[in-house]
Amino acid sequence: MNPSNYIVLSAMLFSIGGIGVLVRRNAIIVFMSVELMLNAANLAFVCFARMNGSLDGQVVAFFVMVVAASEVVVGLALIVTVFRTRRSASVDEPNLLKY
Amino acid sequence: MPAEGIFSLIWVIIALPFAGAAILLLLGRRTNSWGPYLGVLTVAASAVLGILMAVAMFGRAAESRTVGQDLYTWVLVDRFQVHMAFQLDQLSITFVLLITVVGTLIHVYSLGYMAHDENRRKFFGYLNLFVGAMLLLVLANNYLLLYVGWEGVGLASYLLIGFWQHKPSAAAAAKKAFVINRVGDVGMSLAIMLIFVTVGSVSFHEVFGTVDKANEGTLTAIGLLLLLAACGKSAQFPLQAWLLDAMEGPTPVSALIHAATMVTAGVYLIARSNVIFDHAPTAALVVVIVGCITMLMGAIIGSAKDDIKKSLAGSTMSQIGYMILAVGLGPVGYVFGIFHLLTHGVFKAGLFLGAGSVMHGMHDNVNMRRYGALRAFMVVTFVTFVACTLSIMGIPPFSGFWSKDSIIHAAFEQNVFLGSLTILAAGITGFYMTRMVIMTFFSKARWEDDVHPHESPKVMTIPLIILGIGALAQGFLMLYWGDIVAWLEPVVGYQEKDVPIPEVLILSLSIGVVLVGAAIAILMYQRRPVPVEPPHGSWLTRAAREELYGNQVNDVLVVEPSLQLTAGTTWFDSKAVDGFVGYLASFTGALSGRMRRYQSGFARSYALSMVGGAIIVVLALVLVRLS
Repeated sequence: MNPSNYIVLSAMLFSIGGIGVLVRRNAIIVFMSVELMLNAANLAFVCFARMNGSLDGQVVAFFVMVVAASEVVVGLALIVTVFRTRRSASVDEPNLLKY
Repeated sequence: MPAEGIFSLIWVIIALPFAGAAILLLLGRRTNSWGPYLGVLTVAASAVLGILMAVAMFGRAAESRTVGQDLYTWVLVDRFQVHMAFQLDQLSITFVLLITVVGTLIHVYSLGYMAHDENRRKFFGYLNLFVGAMLLLVLANNYLLLYVGWEGVGLASYLLIGFWQHKPSAAAAAKKAFVINRVGDVGMSLAIMLIFVTVGSVSFHEVFGTVDKANEGTLTAIGLLLLLAACGKSAQFPLQAWLLDAMEGPTPVSALIHAATMVTAGVYLIARSNVIFDHAPTAALVVVIVGCITMLMGAIIGSAKDDIKKSLAGSTMSQIGYMILAVGLGPVGYVFGIFHLLTHGVFKAGLFLGAGSVMHGMHDNVNMRRYGALRAFMVVTFVTFVACTLSIMGIPPFSGFWSKDSIIHAAFEQNVFLGSLTILAAGITGFYMTRMVIMTFFSKARWEDDVHPHESPKVMTIPLIILGIGALAQGFLMLYWGDIVAWLEPVVGYQEKDVPIPEVLILSLSIGVVLVGAAIAILMYQRRPVPVEPPHGSWLTRAAREELYGNQVNDVLVVEPSLQLTAGTTWFDSKAVDGFVGYLASFTGALSGRMRRYQSGFARSYALSMVGGAIIVVLALVLVRLS
């Protein structure tokens, strides 16, 4: 099993997540895309850890998971609050904070 | 010799007037009632001390007359050592006597003259400050301490010219005097620096002892710089323009500072530095030329001015020109320059105080065309004024005759042409002084309507009487009884030269020319009525009224270029410097205005730029790796 396949998979997942963030308007979908990108990075970390025979990458993957979990808590709370006040989950609607 | 006995009080002479000034100026209005009397008292006490010391010195042998008093070390920086030390010798004691005695008389006179001025306490404080600084100037035993006194008298002069500062003309005159004096003071400070570099000391004793080892070029430079200093303080050409405006000050100030003492500080400086000038003949020659030019300029200006004080100021310039010329002549002239300075200090103070007394009776009008026939109304003023006039004209046996004739004689010893010029100036002196006396005391009354001329109170006339007697007897007494030549010789040196022309001829010529000048004045002003409005006059009269265009020359040569430079610098500052900074600011502002448009508020466009940035970073990394 060639480890580089996992790297390619990780890059594909990251790109899909990135495109998802850029093109989708629904905040929930954007949020999911962000999670996809984070997990793509995790996959790369784990893969590199395996390739180099060290545990560092796996440790970082745990950290990322913790950060992602916290992010979900804050992010979802924000989305729900915005939805309550504006009756919309679009990321383009709340654009008052500008020049 | 170290200071013993009465001479241990040298510092007290200086400290008394300074203490008076400090009390009057620091305690302020509390001293209003008794302050002026304290001011008179301090100077009078200094005068008494000065007289006692002069008597004590007179009793000593000529070699042991120089007394030094070292108070403490003032500056001590490596090789540069300056002591707060005084030197009392024949030259400085004569100055101390002139300053304190004439100063006391003028202080007393001011009690009457300034009686109705609400700021007279301040006036006496400034006068005391002046006397203290002037005494410091003449008693210092080194150039740096002399410089302190030099600046002190400049400050006092500024304060007193602008004493009536509510008058814009007085404020401007004070500023003008101060600024022109600064030019001279630059020369003074440069001279002191050059002296220290050359000799390694600034004390008179060491400088004069070792100066002959220095090369002549350096000494000439020092001499010329000292001359520049003297020109500023003594109102000599080309720094003469401030003296006529300085007459804006109260008349006692004109008498004390701008006639008798401060303006002669330049003569003192040159006489004191005689060793330097003896070793720098070129500098001495320039001194003679400057003195000669000013002597004639002042006399011509004095002949045309209708303002009695300005006419006297022109005369002061002219007489100081005589003194500068005399001290420039070298050992043949030093003694006589100082001699004339002393007699001039007395009779010119008398003339100014007399003019003040006339103004006192004429509602402070200074225009001589509005005087006339005053001799019957102010007898004491008239008699003393005439005595001083005869003295300045050089009529024997009045004191001016002895001193001025000595200078004329010394000038002939040096050069016949120079001698003729001094005689010419004496003739013009005869003209303008006679003109002044006629326009003021003789001819017809041309008073303004509500003027009632009257004699001044005793407190003013008694100093006048004393100065009048001085103008009569001082010259004769000093020359024969006091033997001024032998007295000053150990300090400034003296040597006599042969004159190609017989002495009697010079004597009769000088008196004759003076009488001719006086006769012309009588013909022009006594025989003909004096118009109240000044006539158009010849080109020379008009030029003299304009002070021989001294102010215009200054305007064209100095003031205008300075203003242009200021304007240019301001323009450069506001356009170039400010312009560059302003442009930079507005550029940054405009750029920010554009840039902030990118803060669109759309989260997805921010995400796009982040992705773009990340891609650029990755590409850069890849490129670096590949290469």
